[in-house]
Amino acid sequence: MTSAIDRLGRAALELLRIFGHHATFFLELLRACPAALRRPYLVVAQIHAIGNLSLVIILSSGLAVGFVLALQMYYALVTYGAAESLGLIVNLSLTRELGPVVTALLFAGRAGTSLTAEIGLMKAGEQLAAMDMMAIDPKSRVLAPRFIAGLVSMPILAVLFSAVGIMGAYVVAVLLIGVDAGNFWSIMQSGVDVRRDIGNGVIKSFVFGLICTFVALYQGYEAEATPEGVAHGTTRTVVIASLGVLVMDFVLTALMFTTP
Amino acid sequence: MTELHGDLMIAVDQVVFGYDGGRTILNDVSLAFGRGKVTAILGGSGCGKTTLLRLIGGVYPVTRGEIRFDDQVIDARNMEQLFTLRRRLGMLFQFGALFTDLTVFENVAFPLREHTDLDETMIRDIVLMKLNAVGLRGAAQLRIAEISGGMARRVALARAIALDPELIMYDEPFAGLDPISMSVAANLIRTLNDTTGATSILVSHDVDECFSICDYAYLLSSQGKVVAHGKPEQLAASEDPEVRQFIRGEPDGPVRFHYPAKPLAEDFGVRAP
Amino acid sequence: MGKKSIETFVGIFVLLGFLGIVFLALKAANLGSFSSGETYQLTARFDNIGGLKVRAPVKSAGVTVGRVASITLDPQRFQGLVKLDIQRGVQFPNDSSARILTSGLLGDQYLGIEPGAQEKMYAGGDEIKQTQSAVVLESLISQFLFSKAADAGSTTAPAAAASSGGKK
Repeated sequence: MTSAIDRLGRAALELLRIFGHHATFFLELLRACPAALRRPYLVVAQIHAIGNLSLVIILSSGLAVGFVLALQMYYALVTYGAAESLGLIVNLSLTRELGPVVTALLFAGRAGTSLTAEIGLMKAGEQLAAMDMMAIDPKSRVLAPRFIAGLVSMPILAVLFSAVGIMGAYVVAVLLIGVDAGNFWSIMQSGVDVRRDIGNGVIKSFVFGLICTFVALYQGYEAEATPEGVAHGTTRTVVIASLGVLVMDFVLTALMFTTP
Repeated sequence: MTELHGDLMIAVDQVVFGYDGGRTILNDVSLAFGRGKVTAILGGSGCGKTTLLRLIGGVYPVTRGEIRFDDQVIDARNMEQLFTLRRRLGMLFQFGALFTDLTVFENVAFPLREHTDLDETMIRDIVLMKLNAVGLRGAAQLRIAEISGGMARRVALARAIALDPELIMYDEPFAGLDPISMSVAANLIRTLNDTTGATSILVSHDVDECFSICDYAYLLSSQGKVVAHGKPEQLAASEDPEVRQFIRGEPDGPVRFHYPAKPLAEDFGVRAP
Repeated sequence: MGKKSIETFVGIFVLLGFLGIVFLALKAANLGSFSSGETYQLTARFDNIGGLKVRAPVKSAGVTVGRVASITLDPQRFQGLVKLDIQRGVQFPNDSSARILTSGLLGDQYLGIEPGAQEKMYAGGDEIKQTQSAVVLESLISQFLFSKAADAGSTTAPAAAASSGGKK
């Protein structure tokens, strides 16, 4: 009996320790950011690696989601005679929710895992220790540029996802199904607010970018220096980042979109 | 301590150390590294040789005792001091620790670009000179994935000396190399030391190569103590059983072959426990 | 990949993101509509605001001329106090009335202003005195049922009155 309580207590303390470790890492990362910003090329190169190279998957997913949304929503709306609102529904779904969330999940899978693996292998190959010995702070040179790049790339990717999704929905709704183009756009325009819907969507994607990039960097940095360690690290990145995104999505949605 | 070597670059004074309060790895060790000399640290695996290098580099703070770098006590928590200190040393990691996303040239240029404001033409000249010193000037444009282990070690060496450090530390420089590469590496270490006037610390368990190039050597035991020290000839002639076992590579002696276990007969069920 | 080309690609990436936002803001949302700086405020009280929400449009003759700025409960008179932001260029005679209307049959509710006949116009901060509350569906249905019952009752009323009177 007491051993169970003992184990529980130990587990709770361990959880607190992990929390604290995450927080310390985050603060050190923030502290290393100004130094990284003084070397803009490092950040730019990482934006290319993280953002640019994710474009293909994000854009194609956005298009696909736009197609599907238009199709599904059409059949739901047409029974109420509200097919003209298709554009509005698709836009709101994308900019408020699907854009930031789906992009974040894809980002965690594509960019997150590559970050974790890269950092983990660099650590395993003692590259980070070598930098340390050369009096170069690996956090400023390696981690912070990737962090900043993630923060910059995610909102851009989420916006592109939504934009492409709307265009895809247009193709399906207007060109294929035959919803009136004018109504498609005008009802959408009158119902979507820049600050509330698009702005909040961008804020969400920024927060999600922070979560995904931070988790990826942490898991890579703390991964055990073995092949299994790195493999576990990449899995944990996807799982923890995805869960974090979904939980924060609920919190942010509750904060942003519940009418008082 | 000081009477042995005269001018000391590094003095390790009665140091005790264990990672995070775990097992004590170094147990009251004292070593002296003379300026301009090649000193070797020998010992079996897990006896704290690499740990000692990390302590000298200021990666961890010592639990007790002190380490002096050029008569300055190393405080591992003082970031500024560590920064200036590390500019004066170069370290060769066991497998090179090269930056795999850069070319050979860029790896050697890395410390120059990070720590100096030299323009690209000067950097190019210095890098090619360093690569020339290790015999790899022609390989400057190769990617790290394209070079062999021995070559990688040499590139790492070129990178370690890019800023002309006063202290060069080598972590197992001979491990896993073929005989030719091994003697190339040994030659380089000795020549570099003599031509630049740097101090070299060599951590290894390859007795023959070490003895061929070092001026002085320390032997660490698995209990984290200095078992013996002296010039290579002195150690080779030593009568101490632990020293003899290591130097001659005898399979059994003070360092037991068998991991502690029950008597053999008991394990195979021949005798009652 | 050379330094210059990486920088170019990243520039394209950021530009794409910017274009995406511009597209969303202009084509897909109502940024094109008036900004809030050019408005003046009027107030109106209603017995029941129904489903009117903040930011609902204020229309006159079907044209959007403003937005609902806030909806609160007047604690003294227990009426809904609605504040409206009206475009500065649009003015209404000071006997205009406000009604809460529904767009379509079951759509969102908005505030409609019907102009009066006075020459003097409402100034900023004025209150629209003549208001008509929202039509609440339940009241409508109960009204309908009651009138139906009244029609049926007028033929059977004497019998019903007698029976209910007897029971009493």
